[in-house]
Amino acid sequence: MNRNYIVSFLAVLVLYLIAYVGVSAMGLQVLFGVVIPYIAFIVFIAGFIYRIIDWAKTPVPFSIPSTCGQQKSMPWIKQSKFENPSTPFGVVVRMALEIFCFRSLFRNTKARVVEGGTKLSFEMEKWLWLGAIAFHYCFLVALIRHLRFFVEPVPFWVQLVEKLDGFIQIGLPGIMLSGILLLAAVIYLFLRRIFISQVRYISLASDFFPLFLIMGIAISGIVMRYFTKVDVTAAKALAMGLVTFRPAIPDGISGIFFVHLFLVCILMAYFPFSKLMHLGGIFFSPTRNQIANTREYRHVNPWNYPVKVHTYQEYEDEFRDKMIEAGLPVEKE
Amino acid sequence: MSDLPQSDELLASIDHRPPKTGWMDTPTTIRKGMYCYASNPKSVEYLDLPNARQWNPLDEDWSLPENWQEILHQGLKDRLDKFRSFKVFMDICVRCGACADKCHFFLGGGDPKNMPVLRAELLRSVYRNDFTTAGKILGKFVGARPMTLDVLKEWWYYFFQCTECRRCSVFCPYGIDTAEITMMARELFNLLGLNIDWIATPVANCYRTGNHLGIQPHAFKDMLDFFVEDVEEITGVQVAPSFNRKGAEILFITPSGDVFADPGTYTCAGYMMLFHYLQDLGLDITWSTYASEGGNFGSFTSHETMKRLNAKMYAEAKRLGVKWILGGECGHMWRVINQYMDTMNGPTDFLEAPVSPITGTRFDNAKSTKMVHITEFIADLIKHDKLNLDPSRNDNKVVTFHDSCNPARGMGMFDEPRYVIENVCNHFYEMPANTIREKTFCCGSGSGLNAGENMELRMIGGLPRANAVKHVHEKYGVNMLACACAIDRAALPTLMEYYVPEVDVTGLTELVANALIMPGEQDRTTDLRGEPLPGMEEEDAE
Repeated sequence: MNRNYIVSFLAVLVLYLIAYVGVSAMGLQVLFGVVIPYIAFIVFIAGFIYRIIDWAKTPVPFSIPSTCGQQKSMPWIKQSKFENPSTPFGVVVRMALEIFCFRSLFRNTKARVVEGGTKLSFEMEKWLWLGAIAFHYCFLVALIRHLRFFVEPVPFWVQLVEKLDGFIQIGLPGIMLSGILLLAAVIYLFLRRIFISQVRYISLASDFFPLFLIMGIAISGIVMRYFTKVDVTAAKALAMGLVTFRPAIPDGISGIFFVHLFLVCILMAYFPFSKLMHLGGIFFSPTRNQIANTREYRHVNPWNYPVKVHTYQEYEDEFRDKMIEAGLPVEKE
Repeated sequence: MSDLPQSDELLASIDHRPPKTGWMDTPTTIRKGMYCYASNPKSVEYLDLPNARQWNPLDEDWSLPENWQEILHQGLKDRLDKFRSFKVFMDICVRCGACADKCHFFLGGGDPKNMPVLRAELLRSVYRNDFTTAGKILGKFVGARPMTLDVLKEWWYYFFQCTECRRCSVFCPYGIDTAEITMMARELFNLLGLNIDWIATPVANCYRTGNHLGIQPHAFKDMLDFFVEDVEEITGVQVAPSFNRKGAEILFITPSGDVFADPGTYTCAGYMMLFHYLQDLGLDITWSTYASEGGNFGSFTSHETMKRLNAKMYAEAKRLGVKWILGGECGHMWRVINQYMDTMNGPTDFLEAPVSPITGTRFDNAKSTKMVHITEFIADLIKHDKLNLDPSRNDNKVVTFHDSCNPARGMGMFDEPRYVIENVCNHFYEMPANTIREKTFCCGSGSGLNAGENMELRMIGGLPRANAVKHVHEKYGVNMLACACAIDRAALPTLMEYYVPEVDVTGLTELVANALIMPGEQDRTTDLRGEPLPGMEEEDAE
């Protein structure tokens, strides 16, 4: 199993070297600073849209919500309106809880054999939830912070996020919590894939690859910000050039910046073809996004077709004599 | 059964650590006690399903059709195009492992391929290979592998080790439902004639005679008449069920297991007593021999077969001209009724929105499907004080309640059964919170796996449930496990016998009927099982 993460680690290492060597030794700044970012962005957008359309056009023949709470029944029985939603509003809340709070992951329990192998116990387990929440929110905050490179003037809400993110002021530059926590969370998610035997067993190389990739992105970002002190103005000039379709490579951008950018490009291009598409997929999950009112309103299956059934007439024809003898009513005497 | 280890040995031998070799490189051996016998070709033929033949899962050669890989590939493609659930679930799993220790088969047996994520990966790996660009290019790196005979056998073994209980889907951050994936896999098996007989033959029976057990109309009536005698002996009241009666207001459909085997039979007798009691209050209800099955083993075969069997309910309701349908206690029957029936065989403009003739309650939550659960119906009766109950008659029963998978996670019927129990019993204790309601554990025998030849599998799968029952047995002296499911009533007694022999199994309506004071009844000295009521033990001994 070790091969899985070694292969992924080497892949990311190779990508790192490609970008570093390409820029530092071969002077391919235009390739790594302009061409690849454009291609990656196009692949990301087109791929993402393609996947969403592909899911969206696949029919939903049956309404199959997983009901995780009391159904709507008689008025005196209290319905669990968000765990078993019978209205569109209930579904919206259920989905919001799932997307913003990772509701289902929050339920997680850990099974253990206890009392000398005589009992199973199921205890609360919140570490996966915590790691996942930390990872996703830090990623989001880091993403929002980076918008300052792509817009001028920097919108107030980006500045606000930045301010909140950097509330710990120790020296200069101020520490951005999201970057550090993101790296910590990714490392945690990696370590649990190594040390929890069950998770190690199910992990594919393609599970480690994005983790290493994001680790690489976070590390190169942190290195640039706190250690090599990248020329932020130049970086912004490059980014603004890209978004205004007047690409240019300003002077004074170090190799590590191109590594950072290249790994982000790889992540973008890889995204639509990988499990990372759970970002879009969660919105399409029928067990979560359907209304649990299937006895109240009929769900229509677009491809419903007639089937062969065994009719009452056929049934009575076979058993008529026995039915008459037993005193059961029949259609034809 | 003789090969089955003792329950404490089984528990002590669980090892949740996976083997050294990766799962793709760990071959699957189909092991005795863990699989069900192959379908009888006659049953497969009766439904006109393809590739009926004699075959044996233990044989090297499964006599598959020449082009089986092509059939499978096409079958997979069709289903990916028709079911968004299937497609999305194939694509978005991140293998976080939250589901890993949620499956009762994994918890009880430790086989890593019973972790829901890995069960799904068995199929996903072929999906990636056949249908995704990444899988075609990167192969094993992204967890893709080609379809081979060994893979097919592995699928068959493990997708008949899933009871479609949906527990994993509750914990999955994306709601990935292994039941849905298992249903697709089983549809694919049926394209190749690879059903198990415990499913195929009940399906053929149900198609022909109206019920899984193949009970013919006259025998069905005989069996219920037999309960009439029992009820009369115990209560002194003669109940008179009617059959196939046109013009009745309500059609009653329950799983045929209740007609056939203890302890379901007591629940069945309970229905009859309840209906008799309510007759004077205005209940006009009929049984049917044509639609004499609530369960639907078709749902363990394919969506199409599910629809073919389910069609009888509405067809019979229409023929008899009833206003609505009342459904008995069953698990997967209610998954089908609640989430599939109306879509498949509706709309039902010939029926009316269900109204209780006794309380006048309109069941708006069932206004389209027109089918009400007996537990909802009884809860409403109790709420309106329509039942004369003496819960002390159940005082010798210390009760806990097992939420059956389907009414739990495919419906959400949690509080109605508890309300009923609390009104007919004085001693009720819940099992631990992580093992009930939406987190309930399967009996280990659902989805057509309650055969005799796979007993080890069933005991492995039932372990987490039994473990929780044992806990409340030791803590509160629980001696009665109540449930609202016919498969539970068939499967749980065996499970209890194995792990907690002091605990019996009962349906809800049996408890209700025990407590129900019938007008004109004699001094009741025994419960429906013929066992002395509390305080009557000594008289009984004389």
